Amino acid sequence: MSEGWTDWLSYRPSDFLMFSPRIYWRLFESLNLAFWPLQAGVALAALAWLGWVGRDAGGPGRAAARAALAALALGWAITAWAFLWQRLAPIHWLAGYIAPLFLLQAAAMLTLALHGAVQGHADRLRRAVGLSLLVWALLLHPLLAGLAGRPWMQAEFIALASDPTAIATLGLLLMLRSPHWPLRALWALPVAWCVLSAVTLWTMGSAQGWVPWAAVLLAVWAARRG
Amino acid sequence: MPTQRTPSATRRALLGSALVSLLPPAMAAGPLTRRIPSSGEALPVVGLGSWITFNVGGDEAAREACVEVVRAFFAEGGRVIDSSPMYGSSQPTIGYALARLGRPAALFSAEKVWIGDAARGPAQMEASRAYWGVARFDLMQVHNLLSWQQHLPRLFEMKAAGQLRYVGITTSEGRRHAEIEQVMRAQPIDFVQLSYNLLDREAEQRLLPLAQERGIGVIVNRPFREGALLQQLSRHRLPGWAAEIGCEHWSQVALKFVVSHPAVTCAIPATSQVAHLRQNMAAARGPLPDAALRSRMARDVAAL
Repeated sequence: MSEGWTDWLSYRPSDFLMFSPRIYWRLFESLNLAFWPLQAGVALAALAWLGWVGRDAGGPGRAAARAALAALALGWAITAWAFLWQRLAPIHWLAGYIAPLFLLQAAAMLTLALHGAVQGHADRLRRAVGLSLLVWALLLHPLLAGLAGRPWMQAEFIALASDPTAIATLGLLLMLRSPHWPLRALWALPVAWCVLSAVTLWTMGSAQGWVPWAAVLLAVWAARRG
Repeated sequence: MPTQRTPSATRRALLGSALVSLLPPAMAAGPLTRRIPSSGEALPVVGLGSWITFNVGGDEAAREACVEVVRAFFAEGGRVIDSSPMYGSSQPTIGYALARLGRPAALFSAEKVWIGDAARGPAQMEASRAYWGVARFDLMQVHNLLSWQQHLPRLFEMKAAGQLRYVGITTSEGRRHAEIEQVMRAQPIDFVQLSYNLLDREAEQRLLPLAQERGIGVIVNRPFREGALLQQLSRHRLPGWAAEIGCEHWSQVALKFVVSHPAVTCAIPATSQVAHLRQNMAAARGPLPDAALRSRMARDVAAL
């Protein structure tokens, strides 16, 4: 093995953690202050969408699926700009490279929403797990800050923070199918982000790393079973 | 590119090494200092690092806290502040603090060039200089040996042109010591920066003696293992010998161990708290352990 490789292998995740947990969590406080009351608007819209979808035993119809894709695409774009680019990138150079990928994800989801033929997935397990992940990302993920003893102002909300946005996207993708469009391609970034976030949070000493990790495992398991 | 020092430089370096000494009583009120072997300039043995602690982004409250750390640093007689383009927003944070404090004349600015494409090195160094708001850097180091073959010639040219005062190379956590040794033997560098602490003592084997032999100043990073060492030690009471060298905290024990090695010019612990800064700077005062006590310190800490 060359010296270059052994040199790289000597690095640990903590060697790449270039900010303190305190500064990281305060990013969400800054985000929430800047965008309030968007969080409430997103929550109300998402609850309305769940009510719309809930009336249909077969899962989201074509219109509901396209509306959710478009809304989450907007969420990826806002997260790319407001969280990754404006707030995380100044303290973590890697975020500057990830932000354009988030915009690509937003563009792909919006394209699918506008032109793609999507509909609810027939498999009940996929729909149930997908709905659970959506509800988690929407209602329960924001509670983690307070449960962990951090200020409630540091709660992470869909469409602003990357973790709940990625988890919600995995949930939505589980609930959908498309005869013509490669939906699998849309899985790559949410999965990659959740894994990266899990490692980052564990390196910060936060047990919250288990959340994005569990979301990925659950989504992949349901997708393979369904 | 010269590969050996001139005789006068060597003599000066050896003299500097041999005289690794504390300044006379006139400076007794200030921190202990060591002379840079290649110039004889005295530097306080405790400096200030900025990895993680000064990477606060747009967090205004945290940035103001950093200003207070830098203010306390200069008030305690500190001089050396070290950063890197790799450290996120640490450079603008330092620049902000320096501007707020009226650009203290005592500053000894230590920066790094960290880019694989050496052609982009000058632009990166200029961006760093603009962030700091200094006319020139005192010390420019090649960060983690990245493209050092291409960067070092340019840094020596900049030094000759008066655009820098000193040139160095860095590594951390014991990586690439063989290559560092090669550079130390072949290049007329003024400083080497490496990791050294109570538990990570590999540098004692070859690099620190070589630095003394070649008249190269040594800046020590990660004297607390990024805080992990102090976290580990905080579970134990200070040993009796700590009082003999005026230590009231484990951080002072760790720093006195590092800076008492005769090859070390200064250590650069990082902190975001004024109280910790003052504890660290207190390690640059009072007696330092002798060789026998240093051995005992390392042995006792390893046994904890």
